[in-house]
Amino acid sequence: MNLTLKIWRQSGPDDRGDFATYDVRDISDDMSFLEMLDVLNEDLIGKGQEPVAFDSDCREGICGTCGLMISGQAHGPEVTTTCQLHMRSFSDGETITVEPWRASSFPVLRDLVVDRSAFDRIIQSGGYISVNTGAAPEAHSVPVPKANADRAFDTATCIGCGACVAACPNASGMLFMGAKIAHLGELPQGQPERDSRVVSMVNQHDAEGFGGCTNIGECAAACPKEIPLDVINQLNKDFRKAKKGAH
Amino acid sequence: MRSNLQAVAISTLPAKRAKRTGKTGSSVYLKTVMAVTGIIFVLYVLAHMYGNLKLFAGHAAYNEYAEGLRTLGTPELPRHGFLTIMEIVLGVSVVLHIYAAVTLWKRSKTARPQRYAVKKTVVQSFSSKWMRWGGLALLLFIIWHLIEFTLFKVNVGSGGQGAQVTQDPFELVVHTFDTWWMTLIYLVAMAALLMHLHHGVWSASQTLGLAGTPAARRYWKLAGLAIGVIVAVGFIVPPLFILFGVIK
Repeated sequence: MNLTLKIWRQSGPDDRGDFATYDVRDISDDMSFLEMLDVLNEDLIGKGQEPVAFDSDCREGICGTCGLMISGQAHGPEVTTTCQLHMRSFSDGETITVEPWRASSFPVLRDLVVDRSAFDRIIQSGGYISVNTGAAPEAHSVPVPKANADRAFDTATCIGCGACVAACPNASGMLFMGAKIAHLGELPQGQPERDSRVVSMVNQHDAEGFGGCTNIGECAAACPKEIPLDVINQLNKDFRKAKKGAH
Repeated sequence: MRSNLQAVAISTLPAKRAKRTGKTGSSVYLKTVMAVTGIIFVLYVLAHMYGNLKLFAGHAAYNEYAEGLRTLGTPELPRHGFLTIMEIVLGVSVVLHIYAAVTLWKRSKTARPQRYAVKKTVVQSFSSKWMRWGGLALLLFIIWHLIEFTLFKVNVGSGGQGAQVTQDPFELVVHTFDTWWMTLIYLVAMAALLMHLHHGVWSASQTLGLAGTPAARRYWKLAGLAIGVIVAVGFIVPPLFILFGVIK
């Protein structure tokens, strides 16, 4: 198929940036979106032009490195990551607009690459459990009910890609944060730091300049790992309980 | 232990230092303020709607109800005491609700200074898109509504400004809504209220931690729609009956 691409080009963090239009030809249905961009970049390099910068790593949907706003939807029209989005989701002759995640907390570094280290700093502020290193404890010494283990596992699938922030009308990071709160909050190991965790993480989230949640639901709809909206419910509840206590 | 942690991500930008936003500045706290004050408004509009439906009981019964509100709790409370307490609670709630909304609105604007050239919404409800501007419209409506029925008792309809109209609750209501454009204003305002309640009730449940499962989420979204429809219909039926001459 042949496509027209409107791609955001920005030479660096301080550049204003603008859209550039490219035509790509003979794209296979079986290519991933990133492979299609690879074809474009091969072409640009051949012509002696600067290739389009975009993030990618595993290309199998598990690392969370890639992430593009594709025609107004985070990771494009399918519920998956950009690397697992196939060109069969588009039709011949289509014009596709490709933009980086837009949020003041995710500054653009170049073209489609944004700096998501704000997420790392939120995790560093409390998204962990403090344990002594050494021999692994006997697994059966701390029983976890099946339902809690399942929910912890489901919410732990968050890959930190940032699609929730990108899709949110408020550029809020609460689905990301809620996923970690729910993941650790379901497990016995997460209980000692449960109150301090939620307070520290919300403080860091706000300090990074993310917006507040207005319960729209665009984040959960865009999430490639289908993290449900109720993790934000738990985040709110845990925060209120923590504030009632000493935090 | 935490102070020894180094940033693991490679960044070309300097790391931002975390500053404590404090309890009252936290976005989750502001959301909670929105939710709690919102619940006060929901309870109030339900009671107000019930009172309005007394219009169907006739002139005497409606005025008796209005007088009953002024003497509620007497002799322990002074005349109008209950209403004054309610007015203070509602007034403080309005200020807090607006303060939290404006603060969060500003944060959202600064959180995404550059908008998308193309943005599709997938699940966002029509009601939720209108929370902010619709809320502002409701504020303007409420100011007019208070001028009209509480502060100055203005009759814009037939019957003039005589005390026999403005000081008689039933007469003031009937003379207001037999004017077609007044009823139209209220119709628009109730549509705005329906949408505000539709998203607001669900949103409050999520903020207060009541929607913890997919089933509870569906339940609260439905509850928001139901409360919105009940309140809007309950409020608009008496004015329509007045406009079409059933209540006079």
